[in-house]
Amino acid sequence: MKILVCISHVPDTTSKINFVNGDTEFDTNGVQYVINPNDEFGLTRAIWFQEQQGAKVTVVNVGGPDTEATLRKALAIGADDAIRVNAVPMDGFFVAQQLAEVAKNGGYDLIICGKESLDYNGGMVPGMMAGLLGYNFVNACTELTVEGTQAKAAREIDGGKEVIATALPLVVGGQKGIVEEKDLRIPNMRGIMTARTKPLSVVEPVGGDDKTKAVKFEKPAPKSAVKMVSPDNLDELINLLHNEAKVI
Amino acid sequence: MSVVLYAESSDGKFKKVALEVASYAKAVADALGTQVTAVTINASDASELGKYGVNKVLQVQNDALQAFNAKAYADVIQQAARQEGAQVVVFSSSTDSLYVAPLVAVALEAGMASNVVAAPVSTAPFQVKRSAFSQKAFNYTTINTAVKVLSISKNSFGIHENATSVTAEAFAPQLNEGDFATKVAAVEKASGQVSIADADIVVSGGRGLKGPENWHILEDLATTLGAATACSKPVSDIGWRPHSEHVGQTGKPVASNLYIALGISGAIQHIAGINASKVKVVINTDPEAPFFKVADYGIVGDALEIVPRLTQKLKEFKAQNS
Repeated sequence: MKILVCISHVPDTTSKINFVNGDTEFDTNGVQYVINPNDEFGLTRAIWFQEQQGAKVTVVNVGGPDTEATLRKALAIGADDAIRVNAVPMDGFFVAQQLAEVAKNGGYDLIICGKESLDYNGGMVPGMMAGLLGYNFVNACTELTVEGTQAKAAREIDGGKEVIATALPLVVGGQKGIVEEKDLRIPNMRGIMTARTKPLSVVEPVGGDDKTKAVKFEKPAPKSAVKMVSPDNLDELINLLHNEAKVI
Repeated sequence: MSVVLYAESSDGKFKKVALEVASYAKAVADALGTQVTAVTINASDASELGKYGVNKVLQVQNDALQAFNAKAYADVIQQAARQEGAQVVVFSSSTDSLYVAPLVAVALEAGMASNVVAAPVSTAPFQVKRSAFSQKAFNYTTINTAVKVLSISKNSFGIHENATSVTAEAFAPQLNEGDFATKVAAVEKASGQVSIADADIVVSGGRGLKGPENWHILEDLATTLGAATACSKPVSDIGWRPHSEHVGQTGKPVASNLYIALGISGAIQHIAGINASKVKVVINTDPEAPFFKVADYGIVGDALEIVPRLTQKLKEFKAQNS
């Protein structure tokens, strides 16, 4: 089985979010980048398939040369090789188009993405890839097994889970559950050393129409200060929730 | 020309998010000077949608669509959108809608914006405000394609009544075998519980509750308020509560009217996941806990001692006000 894991290079979850150039660009100053957490859960599942079922795992990212450190980290975790599509992403569709092209050319059986990235939170790339490729698709995937060409998956639904039977080729939008937090791997020294010599190829983008454009950013308005209520005056809290906030 | 929305239903009854999406579609249609068409799949009474400004309902009744199926549902919606000459197709942010919407966008060659939090800023160019960076910022996005696909952040636009006379028509989409290559084998759903996604009120507990044996205190409060129960990441990681209750950046997102945090300090990743909630209350022993910076109302004290008293007072309040 050939697996393609799509990696998004995103600010660490504790990053301060600021904007520059008249609020038109994200301020990368002092920001640490990581593998998008939803993608890392998927990557770890792919490594499980590699170790247990002999799958070959390729990681891919759409981004400039500065994103290669994130791909090397994925190689250190255990991916066999990496591809960087040399383009600064314009929007979700653009990314999906690039990834679909890589998936098609490489003849991958299983494509694992995170269900959304933690920067733009678009949540559209896996679905758009599946649409462009005409492959089967499971989103918000929390369990995944493959036997031959048959796949069994679970997805999160509002208030529960749904078990899905489908077949390869398959696109998955993964999240926590596809592996658990404790299964995530910190690259060891050997992994980091071998990652340096694993193949990382750079390909040029295709197409290039931007269907959408993020034109400006804005930070939420500063919040008014918290109203403190005495633990001995819970009637006051009920009064505020009922008459002021009108939520009970 | 029209604005088309997918009106989600469960057991034939429209979900609350469907009414919010209908209200939103009406606002977009007014801005564009056009009409609203809703697509329903195996829902019963179309007239309810008229209350929220829907002019026309395309009703699909099809046994093959009893179980949700993203590809097939996407096929239904894109065919309806084509028939209606949709300029804009509107979805909610439910797990099902987020599954379907990108497939519809590709089929219609549409640009898509998700997490939309307000009526369009302008229609030419078509620009919307959406949340990004896990609720830490907003971005204004223009969509340049002829057809636009939007998914609306839950509880952001609200439900607005706008009574209109509504006509219903049967719609019979052409479905193919490929639409059904992904099959639902089983559904596991806790019955009789309010789900975090549907809840108006969520009561959530952290390590400050000191152990799973104390959770009945939280559950009593939730039952009194008709709320869903949730927990912080550490609580699910140590196994006090199931992962399905974990809310936060890597857990479930919460966009309720009221979020009550008991013994949760408010790590930045937790806040990112719950910040879309309208009103936040925190009860924590540590007055320096970061949650107090984002909360609307706060009490410094031990939740284990305060919450049973609060529940008792709420029961009395409910009895008086019902």
